[in-house]
Amino acid sequence: MLKLLLAQGMLGLNNGVFYAMMSLGLAVIFGLLNVVNFAHGALYMLGAFVALILYTYVGLWFGLSGFHIGFWPALILTPIIVGGFGMLIERFLLRWLYKFDPIYSLLLTFGVTLVLQGLFVNIFSASGTPYPGMPDALKGVVNLGFMMFPKFRLFAIVFSLIVCLIVWYVIERTKVGALLRAGTENPELVKAFGVNVPLMVTLTFGFGTGLAGLAGVLAAPIYSVSPLMGADLIIIIFAVVVIGGMGSIMGAVVSGIALGLIEGVTKVFYAPAANTVIFFLMVIVLLVRPSGLFGREG
Amino acid sequence: MTKPASSHQTLDQAGEFAESVPHEKLARSRAAQAVLWVLLIAAVLFAPAVLYPVFVMQLLCFALFACAFNLLIGFTGLLSFGHAAFFGGAAYICGHVVKVWGLPPLLGILGGGVFAAALGYVVGSLAIRRQGIYFAMITLALAQIVYFLALQLPFTGGENGLQGIPRGTLFGLDLNSPLPMYYFVAAIFLAGFLIIYRTIHSPFGQVLQAIRENEPRARSLGYNVDRFKLIAFVLSASLAGVAGSTKAIVFQFASLTDAHWQMSGEVILMTLIGGMGTIFGPVVGSVVIITLQHYLADIGSWVQVVIGAIFIVSVLLFRRGIVGELARMLKISSV
Repeated sequence: MLKLLLAQGMLGLNNGVFYAMMSLGLAVIFGLLNVVNFAHGALYMLGAFVALILYTYVGLWFGLSGFHIGFWPALILTPIIVGGFGMLIERFLLRWLYKFDPIYSLLLTFGVTLVLQGLFVNIFSASGTPYPGMPDALKGVVNLGFMMFPKFRLFAIVFSLIVCLIVWYVIERTKVGALLRAGTENPELVKAFGVNVPLMVTLTFGFGTGLAGLAGVLAAPIYSVSPLMGADLIIIIFAVVVIGGMGSIMGAVVSGIALGLIEGVTKVFYAPAANTVIFFLMVIVLLVRPSGLFGREG
Repeated sequence: MTKPASSHQTLDQAGEFAESVPHEKLARSRAAQAVLWVLLIAAVLFAPAVLYPVFVMQLLCFALFACAFNLLIGFTGLLSFGHAAFFGGAAYICGHVVKVWGLPPLLGILGGGVFAAALGYVVGSLAIRRQGIYFAMITLALAQIVYFLALQLPFTGGENGLQGIPRGTLFGLDLNSPLPMYYFVAAIFLAGFLIIYRTIHSPFGQVLQAIRENEPRARSLGYNVDRFKLIAFVLSASLAGVAGSTKAIVFQFASLTDAHWQMSGEVILMTLIGGMGTIFGPVVGSVVIITLQHYLADIGSWVQVVIGAIFIVSVLLFRRGIVGELARMLKISSV
């Protein structure tokens, strides 16, 4: 029983770090732009597809059979590509909506989600494709004492945790982060100090979406790459940020990981509840502490 | 990049809610509205003579759904991203009542409506604990519970949905023949539409609009804002449930699609494209979207891309929607 619990806990932790990285990106974007990015799930999916395309298709397109851009380069390239795509969305679509109610930005990104999902369903079909580019170094399993755990998943957990810590450090402890937080508090004042706030906004959106892309690359070798892989994920992420309170970076990370763990452990006790347990927890949090566990606003 | 546009700024830029209504505009608006009512009723009565009745019935169900949704977004300023739970959930309840319990369809629809009202009470009381964008996320997450229940509960038929719901009879009329069925649906639609119209123009509806315009002010005037929001939510949910139940009877089928969040998105789009906060907008919007889906069915999954693109374009350029834009051009009130 304990072994089973630990095993599901590890798998849950794996999901949890993805939740953490996703809600972190969402929180960073919300903090500065006051935009809830519905497309975050679709950009996660895009990240997985970019990794797949880099590995399988780029070689074909340029007529170089046997040419692959593997996992390690993809780990760097994908967040840049997805983040760049995010910046285009911000620059050309979202920017026009800042002076209106934030629900319009939510609806716009919802539209972007539909377009992205629809495009990928048409090009790659709705069923999943396995990612063939898992690096040799991360194949196989490690013995954790209580279970044999896939090396890659362990890597994904550690890597994501490090990324979350770095992001936290940058935002809470460095000058760049201070500017960002200042921009959240009072964009007009930051502008008056000569900071190019619109550029900062674009870069922030790119950064947040880049994190979604990074989660996508890390997920690609674990789950199969499919156009709808982000569709239900985004709603879980929403519940995570409602529980954690979107104001706080640490809150997003901690609640993401905790909820992934809880979800995994639920599988042991009552499997059918595993995909709704997060939503029920959200209900409890709303009843007990409506502003979220780490939330600041009422 | 402005900080949280608090509720009083909310929809101002899109609709012209706050504007005072001069006298001649009022007269013109009354005339326009009378014309629209006549047109709507005539269209509902005579549509099956020109169009395929099942198609029109589908239109009417979605139009009622969108009108119910509009009561929240357009007249209370609450964006529910979980209305599919009421629409689709009620369809299952109605189907079960009619198919398994063997009760007549009218009772099935009533049952669906009552279920949706109860569900609306639960979801509403949780969601109004947070405001603005959080409200949308909470409703979305709660609706996902309903979706998973619809997928997993034993009586719902899982992926297949609830099939073979009998249409039955209404006051001795056999609903399997197209025209009685059609006028049954038409009567439900018109009744629902009238309820919404009366609600909006009642003192209660005025308070809702006051909340939409400026929630803190409405509160300071002594209104129990949360209670008004909750009542509006329950009303909207139950009418959405009636619409979903009716659709289940028409198509003899309750499906997961109707409970999925994408359906919540579609009803938002219908309302947005027709005109949020207008009386007739959601009807126009649902006609546009359903017709579009109908004719684009051939291109398969590209429909989703088209729908998404319409979403983007209407959010960027036509936030008033078709009816809202027309009303502005003709200088009449769209409420």
